[in-house]
Amino acid sequence: MDGEDELLTEALEDPGGSQEPLPISALAQYTYCPRRAALILLEGEWEDNEYTLRGARAHEEVDLPEGLLREGVRVERALPLWSERLGLVGRADVVEFLEGVPYPVEHKVGRRWPRELAQRAAEVQLCAQALCLEEMFGLSVPVGAIFSRAERRRREVAFTPGLRAATLATLEALRALLGQERLPPPAADARCKHCSLLAVCMPHLPEALKGLEDGL
Amino acid sequence: MVSELLNTLYVQTQGVYLRLEGDTLRIQHEEITLRNVPLHHLGGLVVFGNVLISPFLLQRCAQDGIEVAWFTESGRFFGRLAPPVSGNVLLRQAQYRALDTPSTRLYLAGRFVEGKLRNSRLVLQRAVRERGETEALVRALAEHEAALRALPQARSLDEVRGVEGNAASAYFAAFGDLLLTEDFSFNGRNKRPPRDPVNALLGFVYALLLTQCTAALEGVGLDPQGGFLHALRPGRNALALDLMEEFRAWWADRLALTLLNRKQLTRKHFEERPGGAVFLNEEGRKVVITAFQNRRQETVQHPLFKEPVPVGLLPHIQARLLARYLRGDLPQYPPFLAR
Ligand code: SF4
Repeated sequence: MDGEDELLTEALEDPGGSQEPLPISALAQYTYCPRRAALILLEGEWEDNEYTLRGARAHEEVDLPEGLLREGVRVERALPLWSERLGLVGRADVVEFLEGVPYPVEHKVGRRWPRELAQRAAEVQLCAQALCLEEMFGLSVPVGAIFSRAERRRREVAFTPGLRAATLATLEALRALLGQERLPPPAADARCKHCSLLAVCMPHLPEALKGLEDGL
Repeated sequence: MVSELLNTLYVQTQGVYLRLEGDTLRIQHEEITLRNVPLHHLGGLVVFGNVLISPFLLQRCAQDGIEVAWFTESGRFFGRLAPPVSGNVLLRQAQYRALDTPSTRLYLAGRFVEGKLRNSRLVLQRAVRERGETEALVRALAEHEAALRALPQARSLDEVRGVEGNAASAYFAAFGDLLLTEDFSFNGRNKRPPRDPVNALLGFVYALLLTQCTAALEGVGLDPQGGFLHALRPGRNALALDLMEEFRAWWADRLALTLLNRKQLTRKHFEERPGGAVFLNEEGRKVVITAFQNRRQETVQHPLFKEPVPVGLLPHIQARLLARYLRGDLPQYPPFLAR
């Protein structure tokens, strides 16, 4: 019987699709490079996002070395998250529950991304997870952590008013992006070397074309 | 099971061998000939699962422009023989042209919604007959009557979607009354993620049905993403979602209700995650998939062709009717109307 692998596509019922929630991971993509988020969301260059991984990852164990989990804490892996209020949907790699209070732990995205950007992207994504958890559990979620596999350590992140505001602003920018017909211009900088969409994006092509014209 | 419809031969019997015998297609099971079909009026060949086709027959199909499409036994599309001169590019051109023609787009969106409304109404009417009126059922039926009257007046896609949306919310407000078991309840539709067992089940059955509709469209060479009613988005099979509207209530919802009301699915088939997301577990999915596949094999009287047709073929027939309409062969697109 096949069939289970087929369930990655969603049978949406809202024909206009206006109420469609955005994947939480898109916030991290946008933080890294708006064009990257656009390629993924508008052009269907799906990468590791909730849509493609939904089914596949549902029961998969997130590979967190035991020593890096806190002892005596209940752990949920690949936990479905959502926020009606913000229109977000996704999954948390790991959520720890300490006396009932959720504490999200996010695997650092894009291990090869430049450090600072990767960190900011992961923080925004983690904060979006926290906002979802707050809505789901009706509790305030003050802190979470980013886990870096390469460094084998976790770094705690506080969901400060500043980070929350930045997360909401990113969400708003992402919605504006979805309303646009065109892709944002390429970053064409150090980011591109580490971007898995380099071949699709062709960030240096506009320059090259210009050079070609100048040479004529 | 072998059926012939609109010059297309559908072969679902597992383990048969299709071969060329002169100008005839011969269907064999081991040494026994099940059937001979003259090639000259055959336009397409659709096979499901373990069906063998001889190379000579394939070559002849390619030569004569007979389209061959392969599906898994459960109905997932995985390939098509594209003859050298195929109608695909013209069909897709016609599809995209229709997408760009507001009047055609509006017309088709309206037909899909009409199919949905009529088939949903049928499910509601049957419920009233079987267990009597409830307030929500009466209201939902009235909403469907109103929607069917309003639909021809709709002048824009948004209006069509609005008509559909009103009926759908009344339908789901009454859906809980169709549950005849104490074990489950339903208090409105939620989907991303589902937050109760009934919603989890509906989401799963819809996903199964969507793959059938996608496959059927791919089978006739239509672009499943090019939908008329549903907004276009990358990666979203909008046309498959359109087509699926005709089947949601009559096929998917009724299947879900049967499984719950007959207690083939119980609480133990579902899993709840902290925070409230609910999913079918593996055993539950197995129950649903088996029931879904059995339903595909059952036959119903087709209202247009007046002959019995396996339920699993209905999306294929609709896809072909749509292709015919888009190519200008048919003056109308007739949605599937159950009875
Ligand atoms: S290649 Fe550069 S510009 Fe293109 S998406 Fe990646 S980071 Fe952005």
